[in-house]
Amino acid sequence: MTLWLIPFFPLLGFLINGLFGKRLSKPAVSLFAVGSVALSFIYVLILLSKLYPLTTPYTEHDFTWIHSGFLQVGFDLTVDRLTALMLMIVTGVGLLIHTYATGYMQHEEGYARFFSYFNLFMFFMLVLVLASNLLVLFVGWEGVGLCSYLLVGFYYKEKFASDAANKAFIVNRIGDFGFLLGIFLVVMTFRTLDFGQIASAVSSMPVETNAGILTAITLLLFAGATGKSAQIPLYVWLPDAMAGPTPVSALIHAATMVTAGVYMVARTAFLYNHSTIAMSVVAVIGLFTAVLAATIGVAQNDIKRVFAYSTVSQLGYMFLGLGLGAYSAGMFHVMTHAFFKALLFLGAGSVIHGLGGEQDLRHMGGLRKSMPITFVTLGIASLAISGFPFLSGFYSKDAILSAAYEHAPWMFWIGALTAGLTAFYVFRAFFLTFFGTYRGHHHPHESPLSMTFPLIVLAILSAIGGFFSVPHLLAPLFPLSTGPENITPMIISASFGILGILIAYVFYVANPALAETVRVRAGGLYTLVLNKYYVDEIYAAFIVRPLEVLSRYGLWKAVDVGLIDGAVVDGGGRLVRSVGGLLRQLQSGSIRNYATWVMAGSLIVIFVLGLVGGSVR
Amino acid sequence: MHISPVPLSWYLLLSALLFALGVAGFLYRKSIITVFMSIELMLNAVNLTFISFSYKLRQIDGHIYAFFVMVVAAAEAAVGLAIILTIFKNRGTLQIDEVDSMKL
Repeated sequence: MTLWLIPFFPLLGFLINGLFGKRLSKPAVSLFAVGSVALSFIYVLILLSKLYPLTTPYTEHDFTWIHSGFLQVGFDLTVDRLTALMLMIVTGVGLLIHTYATGYMQHEEGYARFFSYFNLFMFFMLVLVLASNLLVLFVGWEGVGLCSYLLVGFYYKEKFASDAANKAFIVNRIGDFGFLLGIFLVVMTFRTLDFGQIASAVSSMPVETNAGILTAITLLLFAGATGKSAQIPLYVWLPDAMAGPTPVSALIHAATMVTAGVYMVARTAFLYNHSTIAMSVVAVIGLFTAVLAATIGVAQNDIKRVFAYSTVSQLGYMFLGLGLGAYSAGMFHVMTHAFFKALLFLGAGSVIHGLGGEQDLRHMGGLRKSMPITFVTLGIASLAISGFPFLSGFYSKDAILSAAYEHAPWMFWIGALTAGLTAFYVFRAFFLTFFGTYRGHHHPHESPLSMTFPLIVLAILSAIGGFFSVPHLLAPLFPLSTGPENITPMIISASFGILGILIAYVFYVANPALAETVRVRAGGLYTLVLNKYYVDEIYAAFIVRPLEVLSRYGLWKAVDVGLIDGAVVDGGGRLVRSVGGLLRQLQSGSIRNYATWVMAGSLIVIFVLGLVGGSVR
Repeated sequence: MHISPVPLSWYLLLSALLFALGVAGFLYRKSIITVFMSIELMLNAVNLTFISFSYKLRQIDGHIYAFFVMVVAAAEAAVGLAIILTIFKNRGTLQIDEVDSMKL
């Protein structure tokens, strides 16, 4: 059994395409890129069938990475059911999106560059999910962040793309700072980074005396999760990250990387379980993020931005589930979300591709005839995310909301309301795209098979994915709740979803004038939401601007230019120069002058000797 | 036969006088040749002091030093005169004030 082979294949693909991509033809690049991920996928399937039923984790020690004092960190990979689920999502959805990307990126510059980054991303993501200790996880964590940066800034010649890439990277740095502090605290507290060892150490710790340190660790780790998984207050980078190519948005910023935070919290659940404060923080932040992002999504006009806010919102749901202790429900939503959100983005990509790069909903419309496959598959995805009964999103959202219903009814009601909002804005985008009359100037056409095939597969998965019960799969790790099944929350949230769809239908298909009336009526509220509650502006005014001023005038102009450059470096030079200029006057070239100096010197020596009373013998 | 000896202080006075003359010549004469001769004068003034003390103290050290100084003076004369000749060939002058190009 060699677990390291799983991430190794994409790494190989990255090396081939990264080093020789320019000399290879496009089909060859696609072969290596898609082939490496396909190999990983097949290998994962073989491995999991061999390891079945995997009730206990299977760990593999590849080599000792750090051995320093008490701290021993190995490059250890481990597979348990949680990892198995993530492996299937990452390699499966990754394979579909790689296939899709061969069609989508066909006419783009930097074809090989794109796929080498894409494969590198797969490598790091697989390292992340396979990691057996926090440090290896951190390697994957930072690696996917790097790939996200590279791919968001893929169109690096455009200012907005490189700005968005910088924003994504810097905002993630803030979260990762917390994450790193959390890791340090783990090392100090447990003297190990291995998940298994930490778990056994925690279980034997008296909770009362260690609640403080565990809360600190979990909150710091969660700070990392808010960065990577786009939660309040660090969610601002994700909508801007849509500047990257659409397959990137689908794979990295919807299906896999952004769920890394959810995965990490579930992976360290044994820590969170010991801190009620941290759990509440996770739940509340998740819930508020879900509501906030959903309301912003209502007013966005860029199709990818609508789905980006929807991703933020759905990630909020996942954290809500985690915070309520329903880890398996959160992971369930990770899986179904990976299906339908990847499909939403790929569908949006198909629309954008068919319209020659148009992303504005106001310039779409009536596309259901010219793009039938995209229309149907995107429809299924929209229904799934709305929690339409018996589609995948219905089951996972229900699992989370049921947990909320049991623990905190107020959270349930807000969550259910958000489900309605979600249905409304997703269908708003859907109706604006496919219904009515076409409002643009292109000639819409259906996408090639390499793009529609993944759409169809994902549509099937989005439809039936809910029957694959993740809570039962993860039962060995996270025990199932034993309470009686309660269908009330299921009915309430599903009806909110259907209501949202109906309202969207009334507003954007049946009576488009009504939407305009409401928009005008809402006035200031609409402007507020359209401008995303001015969060970016607030951050700019209160954090970015002061930092910039401090850096520019304090650190740069005063400390660097003034003190270090001016006083130390230039000052040292000036001092030597002026002293030298003074001493230079001695070198007059006149022998007589020199002789005078010699005589004066001798006289001084004689005088001093006489003064101190030098004597012969 | 006993001749009353010349007192040591006379020798030292003479030596100091010669040395002072040498210094003055070195500082105030304009011709390089004269300056050079002034240096020789100073060296010999020192020699005189060495010999006087050597004689007075009945020790051989002073003599040895005097010989050393003479050897150095001879070597110096050889090199110095060669330099002076070269300067005269290149510049056509022996005025010490005009030879001052070694400066910043």
